[in-house]
Parts: sequence; structure tokens; C-alpha cells
Amino acid sequence: MADNNSFKLHIITPDRVFYEGEAEMVEFNTTEGEIGVLPGHIPLTVIIKPGILKIYEKDAQKDAALHAGFAEILPDSITILAEIVEWPNEIDEERAESALHRAEERLHQKTPDIDVARAEAALLRAMARIQVLK
Amino acid sequence: MASMRDIKRRKSSIQGTQQITKAMKLVSTVKLQRARANAERSKTYFDCMYQTVSSILSRVGHIEHKYLIPGKAAKKAVIVITSNRGLAGGYNSNVVKLITRNEELSREDLLIYAIGNKGKDILQRNGYEIKEELPEVIEEPSYADAMLLAQRLLDSFAKEEIGEIYLAYTSFKNTVSHEPRLIRLLPVECDADMQAADAQNAMMNFEPEDIEALDMIIPKYITSLIYGAMMEAVASENGARMQAMDNATSNAEEMISDLSLKYNRARQGSITQELTEIIAGAEALG
Repeated sequence: MADNNSFKLHIITPDRVFYEGEAEMVEFNTTEGEIGVLPGHIPLTVIIKPGILKIYEKDAQKDAALHAGFAEILPDSITILAEIVEWPNEIDEERAESALHRAEERLHQKTPDIDVARAEAALLRAMARIQVLK
Repeated sequence: MASMRDIKRRKSSIQGTQQITKAMKLVSTVKLQRARANAERSKTYFDCMYQTVSSILSRVGHIEHKYLIPGKAAKKAVIVITSNRGLAGGYNSNVVKLITRNEELSREDLLIYAIGNKGKDILQRNGYEIKEELPEVIEEPSYADAMLLAQRLLDSFAKEEIGEIYLAYTSFKNTVSHEPRLIRLLPVECDADMQAADAQNAMMNFEPEDIEALDMIIPKYITSLIYGAMMEAVASENGARMQAMDNATSNAEEMISDLSLKYNRARQGSITQELTEIIAGAEALG
């Protein structure tokens, strides 16, 4: 590649190609913590946790809510296979807020019949959505 | 020889049928185009998924991972993807034949997860055990549906209710060629392709470690296989129906031209007969 300051970024979902272009840096949340990837990274595959996806282009920054999937990082390209990913304008804020409250309530109740892992996942998703909107 | 009126009635009834088949052909052509575009879009995702899974599996080699060895249970789950509507030639029965004609899959051991009514009906008649019916899923396949189904299957697999998972569907090659296919989802198969992928991906690292990554990626892989299969099945269904209706239309065409010939012959025959009678009558008078 002529320009070493950027890499090719593909974000693919089952229904569409979500994003395709040159980026200088990308940040997202993984099971091992948040990471920021610059060009020339060693080959790595990571599993995604719900969080904000930040794409730094040459002179613009784009945010999206990324919920599930995994990413394959190569020195000159990154492919994110996302099960669910949304641009801010696709998010319904009210719904996200109510989902957040619901998940919080469930976690506080601590009744034995709730699925903690599921409630936590819902909480993380709702939080990612709301953060992206702000 | 049939009377003129009979032939005429028959002909107009066939013409009516022809109009219906023609309309159905046009409808499925339009649907096919849309389904095909969808199938192609999901293919990108699936191809990347396949590559990643291949590279992981080629790296970890033959380990004792729960998703790589058959479960202890004798039952085998088969997801059967067919359509809800008929008039699609051999589309549905070809998928069902994959199961009924397969020697390795005995009827007693199978649990059928039927997506689409037609396949369910035929298998039920043949005495197979239907575990789940999901007729509405095939109308508009969504990734969420595939995810829920995969989740339920993996749960049963974890509880040792089922030992293997298969998927029967019709793969879409192009508009005129679709092939019924039976693939094994679990345990995941390591085939020759996967060994080939080894060389180029040997440098890949994983976070978390390989085994944990497998735990998380394989459910996604299975979901994407199911989703991809549903997309292809919808495209194949419409392709099959388009072909079947095209054949029906041209058959009707043939019958109509045959009947037109017979009708004209009968008409000519009756004119000749009338003339003979008139002439005979005139001669008798003279």
C-alpha cells in the first residue's frame, strides 16, 4: 500500500456491508477489554463485546454501536464480522432507555429465576446504544 | 371424434390455466431476483466466517473440543428447510429424499426441526418425529430467527439430548440449477479445504485463547450457516417454481395448439358432412 497511515476497514453484517473504506484508527470493545487498532497491527482475531465502535478516517470520525461478532485484524486490513451493528441514526433512544431500566431492575432484584448473563448483555447493549447517541 | 363444443371447452379451460401459470412465473421471477440479491449479500459474511473458522481449526489441530467430537446421545437433529407452498416442481420432495434415502440416518434416531410446511408434512406422513415446526421463518428469514434456532440446538447438544446436527436445504447455484444438500453442522467437519487455509493464516493470533475463541465463534458459525442456507433455500424455491411454471406454460401452449388443430379438423369435417347431406338431398329431389 502506498500510504502507511491507513488500513482497509470492512464491516460486514449478515444482511449488508455496513462500512467499507480507509481508516486511520479504529476503536472497539472486546472480551479482553477495549482496544484501539492502528495500521501495522500483528494478525489477531478478537471477540467483540457490546460497545462503541469509533472509526477515525483521515479527516472525520464516525461512531456506531457494535454489539456482537468478531474481528479479524491484519497489518493492512481489518474485517469486522458483526452480528448487530447500528449507526446512531438507526437507534431508537426511547427503546434503548427503557431496555436499560429493565435490565437494571432485573439485575437489582436478584431473584433466582432470572438469567443474569442475559440481563447483563442487555444492559451492555443498551448502554452502548445510549453512549453512541451522546 | 370429440364434438366441436367439447374441444372448445377444453381449450378455453387450458387457456385459463396457462394464464395462471404465466402470472405465477412472473411473480416468482421477481421474487427470485430479490431473494438472489439477499443470498449474495449474506454470502460475503458467510465466506469470511468460513475462512476464520477454517483458520482456527487448522491451527488448533485435533483437540478434544466439545464441538469437534460427536455427542454421546444417539439422537440426531436435522434441520429441514423447505417451502410453505407447493407448485415448485421437485423442490420439496428432493430435500426430503436426502433424508429418507440416506442409509446412515435411520428414522428412529432423527429429530426433525422443520422450517417450511411442505417438508414437515411429507416427513410426518412417513413417521418421522417432528421436534419443532417453524413455518413462518421461511417467509422472511431473519438472522435473529437463525440465532434463536442455533441457540436451542446448541442447548440440546450441551444437555446431551442430541449428538449430531445436520442441515438439509437446497443450495442455489444459479437461476436454473439448484442442488439439494445435506451438511453436518456439529461436530464441525475438518475437511481438506481447511488444511489448505493453514498456510496463509498460520500467523494469526487469538484473543482470548484458541479454545475459548472456538466456544464463542462456533455458535456464530452455525448461525451463519443456518441463515445462509435459509437465504439460498428461498432463492432456490423461487427458481424452482419459476422453472416449473415455465414448463407448465409451454406444455399448455403445446396442448392448445394440438387442440386448435383438432378443433379445425372437426369444424371442416362437419362442414363437409353438411355439404354432402345438402347435395344428396338436392339429387334425391331432382
